[in-house]
Amino acid sequence: MDQNSATYEGQKMYDPKGWWDTYVFSQDHKIIALQYVCVALAIGLTGMFLSLLMRLQLGFPGLFESIDAGSYYQDVTMHGMIMVIYLLTALFLGGFGNYLIPLMLGCRDMAFPFVNMLSFWMYFLSVIILVASFFVESGPTGAGWTLYPPQSILEGTPGGDGAGIILMLASLAVFIVAFTMGGLNYITTVLQSRAKGMTLMRMPLIIWCIFLATFLGLLAFPALLVGAIMLIFDRVLETSFFMPEIFKGGEVLDYGGGSPVLFQHLFWFFGHPEVYIIALPAFGIISELISVHARKNIFGYNMMVWALIAIAGIAFIVWAHHMYVAGMNPYLGFFFATTTLIIAVPTAIKVYNWALTLWNANIKMTVPMLYCLAFLVTFLNGGLTGLFLGNVAVDVPLSDTYFVIGHFHMVMAVSPVLALFGGLYHWYPSVTGRMLDDRLGKIHFWITFIGTYLIYFPMHYIGFLGVPRRYYSNEQYDFIPQSVADLNQFITICALIVGAAQFILLYNFIKSLYKGAIAPKNPWDACTLEWQTLESPPGHGNWGEQLPVVYRWPYEYGLPSATADFVPQNVSDEQIT
Amino acid sequence: MAFVIVTAIIVIGTVLWNFVSPWWFSPLASNWGFLDTTILISLSITGIAFVLVSTFILYCVVKFPYREGHKSEYEPENPALELKLTIITALGVIALLAPGLYAWKLYISLPADALEVEGVGQQWVWSYRFPGEDGVYGNTSGRLFSSKNTFGLDPDDPYGQDDILIRGGEVHLPINQKVVFQLRSKDVLHDFYVPQFRAKMDLVPGQQSNLWFEPTILGTYEVACAEYCGTGHYAMRGVVVVDTQEAFNGWLAKQPTFAETMNEGANGEQIVQTLGCVACHSVDGSDGIGPTWGGTYGTNRSLSSGETVVVDEDYIKTSIVNPMSQIAEGYAPVMPAYATLSDEELTAIADYIKTLSE
Repeated sequence: MDQNSATYEGQKMYDPKGWWDTYVFSQDHKIIALQYVCVALAIGLTGMFLSLLMRLQLGFPGLFESIDAGSYYQDVTMHGMIMVIYLLTALFLGGFGNYLIPLMLGCRDMAFPFVNMLSFWMYFLSVIILVASFFVESGPTGAGWTLYPPQSILEGTPGGDGAGIILMLASLAVFIVAFTMGGLNYITTVLQSRAKGMTLMRMPLIIWCIFLATFLGLLAFPALLVGAIMLIFDRVLETSFFMPEIFKGGEVLDYGGGSPVLFQHLFWFFGHPEVYIIALPAFGIISELISVHARKNIFGYNMMVWALIAIAGIAFIVWAHHMYVAGMNPYLGFFFATTTLIIAVPTAIKVYNWALTLWNANIKMTVPMLYCLAFLVTFLNGGLTGLFLGNVAVDVPLSDTYFVIGHFHMVMAVSPVLALFGGLYHWYPSVTGRMLDDRLGKIHFWITFIGTYLIYFPMHYIGFLGVPRRYYSNEQYDFIPQSVADLNQFITICALIVGAAQFILLYNFIKSLYKGAIAPKNPWDACTLEWQTLESPPGHGNWGEQLPVVYRWPYEYGLPSATADFVPQNVSDEQIT
Repeated sequence: MAFVIVTAIIVIGTVLWNFVSPWWFSPLASNWGFLDTTILISLSITGIAFVLVSTFILYCVVKFPYREGHKSEYEPENPALELKLTIITALGVIALLAPGLYAWKLYISLPADALEVEGVGQQWVWSYRFPGEDGVYGNTSGRLFSSKNTFGLDPDDPYGQDDILIRGGEVHLPINQKVVFQLRSKDVLHDFYVPQFRAKMDLVPGQQSNLWFEPTILGTYEVACAEYCGTGHYAMRGVVVVDTQEAFNGWLAKQPTFAETMNEGANGEQIVQTLGCVACHSVDGSDGIGPTWGGTYGTNRSLSSGETVVVDEDYIKTSIVNPMSQIAEGYAPVMPAYATLSDEELTAIADYIKTLSE
């Protein structure tokens, strides 16, 4: 780190000069975070819109002529990839990570502000490339978000004969470059730039979570990168990394000797840690919110940190549980089922500790708290169904059915999004200096919580029945009764309502920016440093002349020796009244 | 309080739903009842955990609401409690894992005394091969596939001559007889899945995967592809008929051997079955991914380019060899080109389509 920028005087040299510097090519971590959030939410809305198109076809088959099988599969593919990578990964790490790491650790900015700016612009470029694929001939790839070869690069898959698949793989490669720049920054900042007294075991849990999620990303994304590059080679240069002898369209193709399962290993070696790249920041947000709004110290901080480290470690040796019926050596099933179920133990510890944090607490039912509690219920549900799918033989009848769709949407779509919304409501005052509208927040919450449960819960049961996923239409199958079509209609209506409700959040954001109540500096009476800045919202450099000094852990709620029910991290024992 | 009531309804509803759900396991028709048992074990154990944890959370919300001036209890750690919870969870996990691993052992142990069948997938049709009288499969190679030799069998291998080939998606199996499926794919990933048999396995081009089960109830069952395989994935439907041993023997005797199929003349109906055309093009006038063939020969067709053409032999042949040149209006341009069919085969297909309009 530049020695000068650590000081107040040095920081001034980097103050933005003019509008472009301040708002567009900004090197301020807070502005970059906002840029990440805005772009991620915009592409996320696109992803949601695509899911509604899918739902329209499933609920009302054939009613909308423009949704043919090809475009349906393109919607499926783009929805999945957008939500997992371009919305959740970018928003949690690029958005929350950027905003919170320097503020919560008490430093002036990221270790490498310029690289941080580049990271955002590379991310922006990756989104542009992704969106561009909607406008090329034959459209974006419809290979499914897992992009399994051989079909992903062959005709017969929607977009398979056009540039869609190339653009998708190129966009991923650029995204990984962006992530690597951001990620190295987060790691370095956490290890090098903490305020005096901010030991690792005094870091807020969300910083631990983002730190570990970044580690996972830096180690996992390279597997996807090489997979993507090899797949581009197979497509463009006709190499055969993943392509065996193939007979298609009446002729033997010019491939031979490759292994489709190899791609699946590379994909899931990235893909499973990716689940935790999304889940860990959500865990972090919940850990912060539940403690602040329940006015209670987080239960078992040490255990929470070690559980996170255990999850992050084991996350790398469970990937093939996505491949039990993929034709790999069946004996691998024993190993991966065991590791997968072992990871349930530290995850369960986290849930217990959140729940135990509520014991003898002083619970404020604020909007962020509602999201926290809804997260606990949803995550519990989605996590437990993971024990079915991770358990090898139990997975056999359920794999590739609607049970899987229900499970992973509960656990890595709805749960993280609930945490995300809670986080947005919680930190909005810090970013804007204004409070969000409480009433609108509650309406948004109820529709989202109940609506998503109604959407995904019944899917598990048509999964029991055996309805396969990724079917454009079920009409040909006699084993699928009419009641499934009725249910699909019901789910579609729920999805449309939940989709529409997201505009309440958007409206609330914009309205409160101008008309929201002025937020006090520390509206939730939180202990962590981001609420203890000199100015509110914090300006460039965050802290004014004096960097904060940390005297305690971040969850000092209900300390018996203090009068107030919380003691901020930068208050020394002598200052406690 | 609203939260507690709503969430209590959700939790109770979630549990009760398991007893009233209109959707449940498809009626079992194979030996894999134990897989259902493992699901039920999982449902019970996870159900208990779900109820306990959510009840605890709701109890806390009711019991400890915010009171101005009140302070929460200060208790950062309780190692004894945490250890207890960890042990209980670990026991629960073991209770789940043990039956799961045991069932997997059964699932992957292929029986020696089984009937052998090879299942072959291609976009978007199923076909099957029995080893024939000598009980030995002939060698195959990905390089030997052609529209005539649709299994890629080595024509010089004596073991292959009597292999029985099932084209057209319907296979019969004898009841109460263990069956081992050796699975392979010609083009992309597929997955052989019959919901009532529970068993499931991907078909991977370039390698073999295995699956076994024992049908226990007579009847006709649907094969549904369970691994996304392109635009026609949802239409890749096949049929398994479980027969008595006698009926099965009678059916099998009527199926052609490899040697017989190689001596067949070009037969349009056979070709469209084996190439999988019928996954997208129906023969009875109903709509699919592509235009139907039923009753369309000689009619006018609007193309996406705005032109109108007559559906005749010329149009059909061009559409097979170069589909993108004349996409029918209202259909996605997804058909692969079948450029290597001989003119004899193309004519046979056109003739067959013609008969569907007579």
